[in-house]
Amino acid sequence: MAVLTIIVLFTLFAPALFHTDPHSTSGLQYAPPSGKHFFGTDVNGRDMFSRVVEGARISLLVGLSGALVSFFIGTTYGLIAGYMGGTVDSVMMRLVEILYAIPRLIIIIIASFVFDPILREYLAGLHLKLGFGNAAFVIEGITLVGYSKVLILILALGMIEWLTMARIVRGQVLSLKNQQFVLAARSLGQSHTRIVTRHLLPNLIGIVVVYLTLTIPAVILDESFLSFLGLGIQAPQASWGSLLAEGAQVINPIRSYWWLLGYPAAVMSITLLALNFLGDGLRDALDPRQRR
Amino acid sequence: MFAFILRRFLGFIVVLWCVITLTFFLARLAPGSPFSRERKVPAFVEKQLLEHYKLSGTLWEQYTAYLGDLLHGDLRVSFKYRDRSVNELIGDGLPVSAVLGLSAFILATTLGVWLGSLAALRQHTLIDTGSMLGAMALISVPTFVTGPVLVLVFGLWLRWLPVGGWSSSKSLILPAITLAGPYIAYIARLMRSSMLEVLSQDFIRTARAKGLTDSAVVARHALKVAILPIVSFLGPLAANLLTGSIVVETIFNIPGMGGYFVNAILNRDVFLLCGVVIVYCVILVGLNFVVDVAYTALDRRIKLYE
Repeated sequence: MAVLTIIVLFTLFAPALFHTDPHSTSGLQYAPPSGKHFFGTDVNGRDMFSRVVEGARISLLVGLSGALVSFFIGTTYGLIAGYMGGTVDSVMMRLVEILYAIPRLIIIIIASFVFDPILREYLAGLHLKLGFGNAAFVIEGITLVGYSKVLILILALGMIEWLTMARIVRGQVLSLKNQQFVLAARSLGQSHTRIVTRHLLPNLIGIVVVYLTLTIPAVILDESFLSFLGLGIQAPQASWGSLLAEGAQVINPIRSYWWLLGYPAAVMSITLLALNFLGDGLRDALDPRQRR
Repeated sequence: MFAFILRRFLGFIVVLWCVITLTFFLARLAPGSPFSRERKVPAFVEKQLLEHYKLSGTLWEQYTAYLGDLLHGDLRVSFKYRDRSVNELIGDGLPVSAVLGLSAFILATTLGVWLGSLAALRQHTLIDTGSMLGAMALISVPTFVTGPVLVLVFGLWLRWLPVGGWSSSKSLILPAITLAGPYIAYIARLMRSSMLEVLSQDFIRTARAKGLTDSAVVARHALKVAILPIVSFLGPLAANLLTGSIVVETIFNIPGMGGYFVNAILNRDVFLLCGVVIVYCVILVGLNFVVDVAYTALDRRIKLYE
C-alpha cells in the first residue's frame, strides 16, 4: 500500500519537482546513473528517470481506465445474465466460455490497428464545446490526436479483461436474487431496473472492487505486452513496455547498459506486485468463500 | 458421447468461421494498401498486382473467394515475403512455436501441480509461505522482464546457455522457462487452494483412518479430485501461452509464428495475418475440446453428453 502511494505520488508530482523533460535530448549518450540523472540516460541522451515517470503515468492511466471499462462491461453483462436467468443466462455464459478460449488479445491488436487512423481523423475534425456557467471552453480535437492510441488501447484492453468480472458478478447475482429482500422489493411493486440498481448493485460493490484491483495489473501487463512488441504506445511517448523493449535491445556482450532495462523493470514489477498483493488482501478480507 | 463430440465439433466450426470473417474484414478495411510505396505505380500495374493477389472485385467477392480457397487448404500467398505461400511460411514457423509452447505447457503443469501440492501438504510451514510468496512475485513480473534478465545472467555473464536463436536443444531452455514462469506460479496457487479444500473432506479422513500413508492418500485419492480446477484452467492456459509465445519469440529471436504475426500486422499482410490467426485458433479450440473430454473422463459427476 505504502509502495503504491509513493509510486502514484511520484508519477503525479515528479515532473513538477525535477524539471527534467522526458523528450529533451542531449549529447550525453548512455550515461550511467549519477546524481544528475538518477537512472542514467538512454541512446538519445534523454533522462531515464523522467522517461520512467512518464511511462508510469501512461501505464497507470491505461491500467486504471481500462480496468474501469472492463468493470462497466463486466458488471452490466453479469447483472443481466444473472438476473434474467434461464436461456438468456446460459447463452450469455456460453459466449463468455467461447471468448475465454479464443486468442482475444490477437483480435484486439488487429482491431486497434484498424481503428486508430479512423479515430485520429475523427479527433482532428472535432471541436468539443464545454460550458461551465458563463465560461465556455473549446477543446480542439487536433490537440488530442497524440492520445488517440492511448484511447484506443484503453477501450480495447477494457474489452479483453471483462470476462472474469462478468462471471463473478453473475454468480453473486444468482445467489442474491433468491434472497428475501429481493422478494420483498418485488412484492412492493418495484421495477426490475430499480431492483437491480438499488438492491443488487450495492451488495455487489465489495467483490467488484476487489476484482477491479486485480484487473488493473492485468491491463497494465497487456498494455506493456503490446508496447513491447511495438504495437502499443508509439514513440516519442513512452510506457513501461516500450521502455523495456528499448532496454532489451541494447543488451550486448561488450557493454551492458543495465540501467536501461533494470530501472523500468524494477519499477514495473514492484507496482504490479503491490497491486496484486492489495487485490489479494482485499479478496481475503471481503470474500468469505475464498478465505482459508 | 458421440453426440457430445459432434455438437462440440459444430461449435468449433462456427467459432472458427467467426474468427476468420472478423480477421479478414478488419484486415481488409484497414486504411492503407499493402502496395503503397514511395513511388506511385501506374494504374495498370496496380490492377495486375490486385489481380495477382486475388484482391480485385468487391469486398464480398474477395471474401467468398477466400473462403473457397480456404476450404481447399490454400492459405494463399504473402504480400511481403515474396513468392512464398502462407502455407510454406507457417510450415516453417509452426513446428518451432509448437515445440516451445509444448515444453512450456508441460513445464507449467508439472511444476505447478507439484509445487502447489507440496505447499498444501506443508501448510503454514516455511515451504508453504515461501513458495506462495515466490509465486506472487513470479505472477507480477512480466515475461519481457524475466526474459532479458535471464539472458543477461545465464547468457552473457555466466555464458552457460545461448543468448537467443534456435540452433540446439540448449537454446530451448531459457525461452521455455521464461514462458512458463508466471503459469507455474498461477497453477501452483490454484493447486494449493484446491488441494487444501479436498484434504479437509470426509473421504480423505476415511482413507487416513484405513491406515494409508500420507503419500498414498494424496497420490491415490486427493490428487484425482484436486486436479480438476487445473484441468479446466488448461484451456485458458493454452491461450495465454500462445499470446505469451509471441513476446518470448521476439526476446530470444526465435523464428516462430510470433514474428510473422507482428510483421503481418505492421505490413498489412492480409493473408499471412489471417493464416496465422486461423492456425492459432485451430490449436486453441482443438485443445479446449480435448480438455473438455478429459474433464468429463476425470469427473464422473459431470455429464456433458446426455
